[in-house]
Amino acid sequence: MESQYETELDLELPQAMLERTTSAAEWNLILPVVIALMAGALLAMVRHSRGSQVGFSVLAVLAIIVVEVDLFFQVLETGPVAMTMGNWLPPFGISFIADTMSVSFALAASFVTLIVLIYFQAEIVPREVRHGFYPLVLLLLAGVTGAFLTGDLFNLYVWFEVMLIASFGLLIIGGRKMQLDAAIKYGFLNFLATTFFLVGLGYMYGLTGTLNMADIALVVGHADPAPMTAVAALFLLAFGMKAAAFPVNAWLPASYHTPDAAVSALFGGLLTKVGVYALLRIMIALMPASRELFDPLLTGIAVLTLILAPMGAIAQTNLRRAIGFFVIGGIGAVFAGMAVANVLGIAGAVFYAFHSMLTMTAFYLVAGLVERVTQATDTRQMGGVYAADSLISILFIILVVAAAGLPPFLGFWPKMLIVEATISQSDWILMSAVLINSLLTSIAGSRLWAHIFWRPGREGANSEVPNDHLRQLNSTEKRMALSAVCVLVGVIVMLGLLPNLLFNAANFAAMDLLSPQNYITSTGLELGSNLMGGTQ
Amino acid sequence: MSEMLMAPFIGVFFATAVYLILSKSVIRMLLGITILGNGVNLLIFIMGRVTRDIPPIVPAGLKQPIGDIANPLPQALILTAIVIGFALFTFLLVLGYRAYQELDADNTDNMRLAEPPNPPQPPLSY
Repeated sequence: MESQYETELDLELPQAMLERTTSAAEWNLILPVVIALMAGALLAMVRHSRGSQVGFSVLAVLAIIVVEVDLFFQVLETGPVAMTMGNWLPPFGISFIADTMSVSFALAASFVTLIVLIYFQAEIVPREVRHGFYPLVLLLLAGVTGAFLTGDLFNLYVWFEVMLIASFGLLIIGGRKMQLDAAIKYGFLNFLATTFFLVGLGYMYGLTGTLNMADIALVVGHADPAPMTAVAALFLLAFGMKAAAFPVNAWLPASYHTPDAAVSALFGGLLTKVGVYALLRIMIALMPASRELFDPLLTGIAVLTLILAPMGAIAQTNLRRAIGFFVIGGIGAVFAGMAVANVLGIAGAVFYAFHSMLTMTAFYLVAGLVERVTQATDTRQMGGVYAADSLISILFIILVVAAAGLPPFLGFWPKMLIVEATISQSDWILMSAVLINSLLTSIAGSRLWAHIFWRPGREGANSEVPNDHLRQLNSTEKRMALSAVCVLVGVIVMLGLLPNLLFNAANFAAMDLLSPQNYITSTGLELGSNLMGGTQ
Repeated sequence: MSEMLMAPFIGVFFATAVYLILSKSVIRMLLGITILGNGVNLLIFIMGRVTRDIPPIVPAGLKQPIGDIANPLPQALILTAIVIGFALFTFLLVLGYRAYQELDADNTDNMRLAEPPNPPQPPLSY
């Protein structure tokens, strides 16, 4: 009896399995997540010994960066790389798939994590280290990288939750009252967003019988379009909430300014971008028909987010809350690219999200330095920093210009792509919204700059009286925090001056998203056929 | 057939959850979130059919089982979702309790430390 089954299985298996050994390059795909998870677990075990943690976590992140750089150039050369667990063909095996977009986002994420880890040395609080700052950062990075690299919707949900629980920990790690208040709002709204994602995912499985992204892209055309639209709407709501797009952005300005500046920077760089990534992947590559239906909605969200976010920044007096509104404004630009959805628009959206990861992290870090110098969080109590520390003021104005998207800095190129895309579709409303966003962002940013750096004293003070609450950065702050920020801003300026590599990468990413054939075949699936016949 | 019986239940779960989440009290919101999570888990559960007539085994030589089986994958998915949901619920519960101790408030209207009511006017200079 047994032997009979064995022969039957031998006949069946080749159809369900990839019959080749996994190459070393494919192992690269899973390594970043493995390293981050293992390092996080190890750090949690040794969290009482302070000395070893910094070095170990920096080494782990450096290892992740090395692997991802290797992966990046490989993907640019050969197109998407996939690894399916256990070599079971989708939909049976869970895939990890790296295309240009996912691997460049993952690279940016680990790079800003490295910068933040070094910056944190200047504002280190022993209690926070004991409570597990380093393991939480590594687990956050694991969640974010996993979300970027996975090729399975349910796996994406799991990475979202890994990221969410790590971010909860980081958000409340100082234990200040304000942080508890912020964590309640952040926690409830983000948990709600992932629950909506789970609903959509359940319907998706019911309708298509698969959760593998490559497989979904193959069979989505056969599914009933009406319920698929409902699924797409659920995904749009869930990831729109994660990305903090306009009507569902309330959690971001309520929470991002409450933890330490290093944590704000990590959040500003990583969290909303995962929502953006998921939207781009699902709306553009997996469900293009539903995206077309939602086109007016996406345009509306983009216009409102683009215009209202910088207005929020103008109305704020708290420095880091104002920067939170800049983060939201960037999400509007990505939505604008998504609403146009030709190669130019998608390339612009991908490029903008990449730029936003670097720029927003740097912005929060510089804000942290300003708070250290002025010993205040409210711009009304700041002033005269230009005289105290002119380097910080130069860094700040560079970032304002980069965020507003003025040449020659990094933010200009993706905005140019997006504007070009809107012109090619004669979508004048969207085009003016993108340009007005640049104008308003530069107004908000230069007002902040003028109040913090240019004005000699605090608000209401006699203009001749210099601000006497300022202090100089001490040597640790200069050595660690300032130099880390300088490196990050240096990278932003360099990439802005030499954007060719990024232009090419964004183009590749856009083409892979708009016609996902390479993405699908990389997993071993064949176009035009699928194992399960599209039913459950 | 039991899917038809379950569907209205899930509707009731969702309606109760929405009602509770819309309230101002943190503890009610927590209950709402839990009920919503259970509603979603039930929803995924019936996505894979609820039946025990046909065993979910693929006969030899075929790619799919014959007839409508209860798909075991959604059942595995909700196991994961239950565990994750429970972990997050526990965290939010402790957080809510800590906030109640520290901020002396169970009412979200009184939790305005991060976003103070009557915020200062934006500066008029420059």
